[in-house]
Amino acid sequence: MNKQFDLSRVINRDNNILQLILITVVIFAVMSWLEPTKFLRYYNFESISFIFPELGIVAIAMMLAMLTGGIDLSVIGIANLAGILAGVFFTKLLPGDPAAGMAGEIARVAAGVMLALGVGLVAGALNGLLITRAKITPILATLGTGQVFTGLCMVLTGGPAIVGFPAYWGLIGNGKLFGIAVPLLIFVAVAMVIAVLLTRTSFGLNLFLIGTNPRAAVFAGLKSDRMVLYSYMLSGTLAALAGIMLSGRTNAAKSDYGTSYLLQAVLICVLGGTNPAGGRGTVLGVSIAVIALMLLASGFQMMRFSNHLIDFIWGGFLLLVMVLNAFRNRA
Amino acid sequence: MNHLAKLMRRSETAVFLIVLAIMIVIGLINPAFWQADNLFNLLRANVIIGIMALSVLIVMVSGGIDVSFPAFAAAAMYLTVLAMNAYGHEGVLLPFIGATLIGLLCGLANAFFIHTFRMIPLIVTLGSASVVRGLLLGLVGTSIVNIDRMPPALIAFGRSSLEIGGAKLSVMVFVYLGLAVLVWLLLTRTMTGRSIFAYGDDAESAKRVGFNTRRTVYVAYGLAGALAGFAGLLHASMIWLANPRDFVGYELDVIAAVVLGGASIFGGRGSVLGTLLGVFLLVLIKNSLIIMRIDNTWQGVVIGCVIVVATALTAWRDRKTLA
Repeated sequence: MNKQFDLSRVINRDNNILQLILITVVIFAVMSWLEPTKFLRYYNFESISFIFPELGIVAIAMMLAMLTGGIDLSVIGIANLAGILAGVFFTKLLPGDPAAGMAGEIARVAAGVMLALGVGLVAGALNGLLITRAKITPILATLGTGQVFTGLCMVLTGGPAIVGFPAYWGLIGNGKLFGIAVPLLIFVAVAMVIAVLLTRTSFGLNLFLIGTNPRAAVFAGLKSDRMVLYSYMLSGTLAALAGIMLSGRTNAAKSDYGTSYLLQAVLICVLGGTNPAGGRGTVLGVSIAVIALMLLASGFQMMRFSNHLIDFIWGGFLLLVMVLNAFRNRA
Repeated sequence: MNHLAKLMRRSETAVFLIVLAIMIVIGLINPAFWQADNLFNLLRANVIIGIMALSVLIVMVSGGIDVSFPAFAAAAMYLTVLAMNAYGHEGVLLPFIGATLIGLLCGLANAFFIHTFRMIPLIVTLGSASVVRGLLLGLVGTSIVNIDRMPPALIAFGRSSLEIGGAKLSVMVFVYLGLAVLVWLLLTRTMTGRSIFAYGDDAESAKRVGFNTRRTVYVAYGLAGALAGFAGLLHASMIWLANPRDFVGYELDVIAAVVLGGASIFGGRGSVLGTLLGVFLLVLIKNSLIIMRIDNTWQGVVIGCVIVVATALTAWRDRKTLA
């Protein structure tokens, strides 16, 4: 087995990856050519490394739901609810004590992180139970719970943003470790854990099988319901993690933050080779797709495109990628 | 007796009884609810969501889902109002035809992607909504056309009402009911309507018995777009302003209303009567929160819970019929 053979095997396993890398390179080249002075600066890439991880984690959460042929339209609601509950915790339940030392502050932030992740886990479990026990279609179940979560955010905040997160909380979204953005490190860790989970454990294998053929999975004796439940719990927890990073970066939490992330997360999944009908998707594909889209967005922002036109480009790109995939599948 | 049993099993009856029960409870809490003014206002609030629900009903019966209609409605409304101002147009017939056509074109674009490339309707309509909204706000503009710049003919049309028992009932309610009858006739009395049901039930079978499925998809999404465009302009004429950012979040309410009305998201099931009742129930719940003095920040939570409970009940019903 020489290297050449290995490479082609990797490409064949998911020929989407090659197409994606190509798209990324083209975007990179075009943007560098159009805006060489602004695009090719260290600062630009550094700011991308702070912003894209939230979106990337939301997209991975979305992909987990898509693997079994579902979708999670409540990820943004969960992310905001987690951030807001943490905000309420920090400002109302356990306000910062100036006398507390560094250890006390870190403990307080850790408690907040646990609370936020717990919210995500419970919210995801609710989604999973509605889908597996009450047999509600994922679209409708998560549409409904998403509305409930966003509604709870409104009730908790009354509309305006919650501010006043502790300094250490901000480090999660703004900090640097060894000169690398903390969000980027979190993203890499999450991506690796999920990739291992999906490709090296029976849980991951089960999800792919359920997504490929739910009926056959039942006949094969897979515990489909439990696996789907776990996948939505994981998806909810990841959404909450994205909420922590978002509120850490902006030092605020609001009921309508990141609403445009929903479409973008779907777009990234589809672009990254995830099949919305289930059974196909890789963390690597999603990771490359999110980077490609972030390069595209930052390039357009430098060319002073309005945000609305960038929305247009997202939507157009989504349709275009779907068309390309349809052609490729037909060939 | 047999008829009664059959009637009780229909989801329309269930929704109707729930509506009745809620109305009685609200009437007990706040008797002002039963005043003709309030009831007529309630009906008026049904119009726009109702027409959009008819649009979603058609798509849902065909086995798809549409989240792009709010964007289409906003585009049709805003472009038409701008065009009316630019040309100083005095009538309302031509603008409504224009808005309907804009919606129709957008809907046909959806159908093109869904049919030609066999794409999932949810993802296509997510994309097309983003495209239309982005183009509208990015290229056409973001400024609201206020009442002082709204075409007077449009405002006059939206204000037309009938005097019944000392209270004014908006004529738009009859426009809505008229459209509902037309959609009902289409779905139940024409071959096209049957083909939409058949396609939604099982696309492959519909094809094999000889339905032109391409035509079915184009008709379903085209009509849905046309209804959304019409509803958009009607909305502007009823609230006397045209905001290109309007209708954000409507997809949730409207889909909820259609599902409440007993339509199945898997296609092949749904009725116009059920949809009208579902819309009425949703609007009733939303408006009653105010009349029952519940803080309206709770609105999202309540609507979300209603969606979850209603879909759980429909799923439970579908499982029972399958078993």
